[in-house]
Amino acid sequence: MRIVRGVGRFLFDFVVGDDWRIAVGVVAALAIGWVLIAGGVSVAVGVIVTSLVIGAGFAVTTLREGRKHRGG
Amino acid sequence: MMGQATGGLVAGTFVASFVEFVEALTIVLAMALTRGWRSALAGAGCAALALVGFTAVLGYALATWLPRSVLQLVVGALLLVFGLQWLRKAILRSSGRKALHDEEFAFARRRAAGERAEARARLGLDWFGFVVSFKGVFLEGAEVVFIVVTFGLNAGNVRVAAVSAAAAGIVVAILGAIAARPLSAVPENTLKYGVGLLLAAYGTFWSVAGLGALHGGTSLAWPGGDWALLVIFVGWLSLSRLLIGVLRRTSDPTPRQSTNERERVA
Repeated sequence: MRIVRGVGRFLFDFVVGDDWRIAVGVVAALAIGWVLIAGGVSVAVGVIVTSLVIGAGFAVTTLREGRKHRGG
Repeated sequence: MMGQATGGLVAGTFVASFVEFVEALTIVLAMALTRGWRSALAGAGCAALALVGFTAVLGYALATWLPRSVLQLVVGALLLVFGLQWLRKAILRSSGRKALHDEEFAFARRRAAGERAEARARLGLDWFGFVVSFKGVFLEGAEVVFIVVTFGLNAGNVRVAAVSAAAAGIVVAILGAIAARPLSAVPENTLKYGVGLLLAAYGTFWSVAGLGALHGGTSLAWPGGDWALLVIFVGWLSLSRLLIGVLRRTSDPTPRQSTNERERVA
């Protein structure tokens, strides 16, 4: 059990890293893309909007974290 | 476009692997010089063997069990999250919000730890040197494996990705053997920024195309086909420059440390 927990912890740290908001943002953006396309939006518009949502989410997260760090 | 995709695959895996191998070399060198070459090299060798097994299992499992569009969605999303973590750190470092990574400092820290640790022998090896080398090479190598497998499977060319990574490993080993010191002259922070951009671009391209897995089963087509990859790359580059500019402008007005002092804080 300890080994399974250790491996799980390692995989979480490895993929998600020290800012879980990025992972959550990516999943949320892809979910929005899926909803748009399933809702009848054209594929071209769907993929472009999804990419823009990913970029916007990343920008907000990075600016938020950048402002917390005062340098160094 | 196939040439561009392969070029991106080769460049991405080579540079990402190069940076990770430089970090692994620092750890192995620090252990070799303080705890002995035999234990450090044994640890590094065992980690390399474990990584080969890890690559085979992960690659086989992903390639065998997942259909193409699901593979693009799952592996693309993982690659995107991974790439954005690299890009985030690169942006924070470039804007002076996070200390730069410094190989000399990392080496000095590891070396001091190696000198302080008690001598304990197991299986005829210095156990501290063996374990630290093993962990260092395995953890840095796991990132290489992840990039090789995800990049390689999605680009349909694991062999090229693996060869690029192996070439990077050989180059670092040769340079390390010649220099016999950490490769601090390597512009690691810049390389990591470039890799972050590549991973983010490919991750966006594949994960969004993979949404087709939830919508009919086949991958979605990007407008412009594979050329969209170039546009996405330029998009991430522009966004990252914009974020660096904004964070630099809103920097704390207190005097900043010199580059060397700032790097030492890493």
